[in-house]
Amino acid sequence: MHWLALLLIVPLWAGAASMELRRFDDPAKQERYEELIKELRCLVCQNQALSDSDADLAKDLRDEVYRIIQSGKTDQEAVDFLVSRYGDFVLYRPPFKPLTLFLWGGPLLLLLIGAAVLWRQWRGHRAAAAPVALSEADKQRLQQLRAQTDRIDEDQP
Amino acid sequence: MVARLVPLAIFVILVVFLGIGLTLDPREVPSPFIGKPAPPFSLPQVADAAKTLSVADLKGRVSLVNVWASWCVSCRQEHPVLLDLAKRGIVPIYGLNYKDEREAAQQWLSRFGDPYAASAFDPDGKTGLDWGVYGVPETFVIDKQGVIRHKHTGPVTPQALAEDILPLVARLQQEVAQ
Repeated sequence: MHWLALLLIVPLWAGAASMELRRFDDPAKQERYEELIKELRCLVCQNQALSDSDADLAKDLRDEVYRIIQSGKTDQEAVDFLVSRYGDFVLYRPPFKPLTLFLWGGPLLLLLIGAAVLWRQWRGHRAAAAPVALSEADKQRLQQLRAQTDRIDEDQP
Repeated sequence: MVARLVPLAIFVILVVFLGIGLTLDPREVPSPFIGKPAPPFSLPQVADAAKTLSVADLKGRVSLVNVWASWCVSCRQEHPVLLDLAKRGIVPIYGLNYKDEREAAQQWLSRFGDPYAASAFDPDGKTGLDWGVYGVPETFVIDKQGVIRHKHTGPVTPQALAEDILPLVARLQQEVAQ
């Protein structure tokens, strides 16, 4: 029975391990801090945000973000502090710049290509479905052919 | 005929891109410091707290800065490589002793050997943070102007030394110091 208790307690303890108690002099700062650390990536466990990483480095970086926000600086300054040291990698939302143009524009580009292909196909169908105008020579040839097939039908016993 | 080859062409392009993706190491985070001056620091040395090591000491000649700690397992692995490099006297190696205890660091050096010209003592990892260190060991190549030119993440292997680090060091040593 006590192993069950242990199972129940482990998640609680794991969740508590990564969150330090932080004192802010202003609830708005606390909110900004908590949003920020969700937006920033830990470099050690790369699929975790700073907010839920237990890595030692993540704790250091949370300390820095706390220090910056608490001292009254802007979110951007906190982000710049980390980006200048660790590069764009710390951002879950990659910045919009020449290097990432294809990353941002790629999906839209593919959508446009798809739309162009569809439109061309649709136009082709319309053109194919439209009645064909016959020239005078064509009409005469058609009549000849019809007359021939009629004769063949009459020859059938 | 050409139109029928388009899907195949798209597929081949995709395969090429995915193939490139497979060869990349996702754990390798490119350093934003390449080509930028080494972030300033001034720290007491591991061997003697009365002496300091600062970024000014890295100017004037090509050097390596190796981030290490006595608690770091991979550092044991690269240690013989660094000792051997120090013996060859090609390039001075400076240590940045990251989040360690002075006692433990000193013992580690006396037990396994000391390849460093000097080691800076960074117990709270503040300088490490300024240098964008996210794991130990890491090794930086610094040119004569004190600019970071290369960063090697993880233990220095003889292969990394022969293929990347030493050729770069030789090139940088050819450069004229300004």
